[in-house]
Amino acid sequence: MRELLRVATAGSVDDGKSTLIGRLLFDTKSLFSDQLAAVERTSRERGDGYVDLALLTDGLRAEREQGITIDVAYRYFATPKRSFILADTPGHVQYTRNMVTGASTADLALLLVDARKGVLQQTRRHAFLASLLRVPHLVLCVNKMDLVDFDEGVFERIKDDFRAFVAKLEIVDVATIPISALGGDNLVSRSPSTPWYEGTSLLHHLEELHIASDRNLIDVRFPVQWVVRPRTDELHDYRGYAGQVAGGVLKPGDEVIVLPSGLTSRIAAIDTYDGPVAEAFPPMSVTVRLEDDLDVSRGDMIARPANQPAVGQDIDLMVCWMVDAPLRPRARLAIKHTTRSVRSVIKNIAYRVDVDTLHRDDSVAELRLNDIGRVTVRTTAPLCFDPYRRNRTTGSVLLIDEATGATVGAGMLL
Amino acid sequence: MGYVGWNHPPAFATVLDGGFRVPAIGYELTHLQTLESEAIHIFREVVAEFERPALLFSGGKDSIVMLRVAEKAFWPAKLPFPLVHIDTGHNFPEVMAFRDARAVQLSARLVVGSVQDAIDAGTITEDTRPGASRNQLQTPVLLDTIEENRFDAVFGGARRDEEKARAKERFYSFRDEFGQWDPKNQRPELWSLYNGRHRPGEHIRVFPLSNWTELDIWRYIAQENLEIPSIYYAHTREVVERDGMLLAVTPLTPPLAGERVLSRQVRYRTVGDMSCTGAIASGAVTVDEVIAEVATTRITERGATRADDRVSEAAMEDRKREGYF
Repeated sequence: MRELLRVATAGSVDDGKSTLIGRLLFDTKSLFSDQLAAVERTSRERGDGYVDLALLTDGLRAEREQGITIDVAYRYFATPKRSFILADTPGHVQYTRNMVTGASTADLALLLVDARKGVLQQTRRHAFLASLLRVPHLVLCVNKMDLVDFDEGVFERIKDDFRAFVAKLEIVDVATIPISALGGDNLVSRSPSTPWYEGTSLLHHLEELHIASDRNLIDVRFPVQWVVRPRTDELHDYRGYAGQVAGGVLKPGDEVIVLPSGLTSRIAAIDTYDGPVAEAFPPMSVTVRLEDDLDVSRGDMIARPANQPAVGQDIDLMVCWMVDAPLRPRARLAIKHTTRSVRSVIKNIAYRVDVDTLHRDDSVAELRLNDIGRVTVRTTAPLCFDPYRRNRTTGSVLLIDEATGATVGAGMLL
Repeated sequence: MGYVGWNHPPAFATVLDGGFRVPAIGYELTHLQTLESEAIHIFREVVAEFERPALLFSGGKDSIVMLRVAEKAFWPAKLPFPLVHIDTGHNFPEVMAFRDARAVQLSARLVVGSVQDAIDAGTITEDTRPGASRNQLQTPVLLDTIEENRFDAVFGGARRDEEKARAKERFYSFRDEFGQWDPKNQRPELWSLYNGRHRPGEHIRVFPLSNWTELDIWRYIAQENLEIPSIYYAHTREVVERDGMLLAVTPLTPPLAGERVLSRQVRYRTVGDMSCTGAIASGAVTVDEVIAEVATTRITERGATRADDRVSEAAMEDRKREGYF
């Protein structure tokens, strides 16, 4: 069975990231000859001394002219075991906003360091963001090992240095791999140049990583998206609640509670176009029918009576602020949480996190572009939520400017 | 209760283990199931939050897959939106017949925006030089169709893997009142939360298959046993070789002076306008043979077959900025 793995990667051109990605695409035969020819042509025309594989997805005119990546770029590759979606985020301008975006859906964060330079501020920052977004797995590739003569000591020092920092974060699974992206060492297969390295190659690691347990299969959470009412003669009484399972395992016969109303019923059936299913689990999109005719609508949450999400209007969030105009107390923002949209007012900004030192600065009065901080809001209607650390789907919100409609921030519920 | 339509094998076959809630194995989805579930979620979000959505259906393989996913999202109810096609008047007859049959099968409303009608009415002017195509003329007709029908969300089958400007697209792609795309000023998309806010006159293009690759599309066609227009499979056709592509000889696209008409076994990897879509030499007559061919090909689908993308490095970006699909 071929699974999907979502990878987020961050860094700058200097650390060899685009060479690494290019190698992965090339070695999995996901890079096409006309794409490569176009990249070579553009690199030559621009007078680059090397083939810049970032051009593969830096498809916008402005990106090619300025030689920068503006935005998250998505790349796709596959092996017989897995399909991969790689969200590649630029390391410079807007790095926090882009990395947070890429990491929000990632199963794994891929970071690179140059073996000659070791762990830099940027590496720590990226590891912190991966931890904040609760990306379950992290891989640190120590690149350019060829330039340090594949020295085990260099690798071990960087590994220890990184692990010491990561210990302060909430990341469960960290792997460190010595590589040379240019030479292909330890990318697809183990390199003879690193006989002291006992781990697997990067691609093997990506293929074999156990991700099934990363989902929350304990707490049943089913945000209702849409009520299916066919209104035809033969399906006159059909009433199904369509949604994507956000947590737990739903089964026909299960007793359930609908929030925020608190009404209870049992699951009569779980329908899909391909037939009814015995169980539904994340991230399946299904249609749930209940035994009783309750008033259930979009924005409601189906859970189990003995295991309910928090329901409340006073919410604490870690916010990543994404626009130039700063966030200040008393700001009014729309919030989108699961399938529910509410309005809110910012009550308090408790502190800003310095992403370089992890220091909490509680003297700030506002959050600026790319700042991360803890915020308290009051919503106009209750949200049914879980802490983000418990469930990334029921614990996350978008902050939206009501006047412009722009997405101005991302929030993780505490 | 027995509801009609359960004549497919269950996609999510789960094993019940003596009533135990957490079996040791399972609770895994294939990558196609994950992509399908993501796309279904997006369809439902859009229908819940927009007033007048519509789905662009050309009869091409991506829109066929998109339509099946849409069917699944709302089943057993009918599609809650109409289908829209922008007809250049230069489409392959096999594909148009397919389009009409599928709309009837789903009892869906089909809205056709006609490039020919717009030319006849004088609202757009056609470039009639040899080798010209009506590709770019689709944009004003598409925008007019959206405006006339007051569509506020339009589903398209574009994928990020097919073209580098499309690699920067969001699932929800915001368009201003002129239908323009501003790639440098896009809303960040996080988790599975989509922001569909827009003002009257503005609309959102929605791409539920953003994360699918060409190979995923074909695997899904095989998995779902989807019918597709015959020209996607190998057949014998009169073609000329032009700019390294095999172009069909039709009354609309006669051979140019000096070109030799060849009879070749070909198939279409993409299906667009007859005037700008090339065929590829192929012997693949079944879906499995096509999958094997796509899995080993070393050229992208648009690079192999689309003259419209070869105008410049930014041909797609420029068209998209103006409001193209």
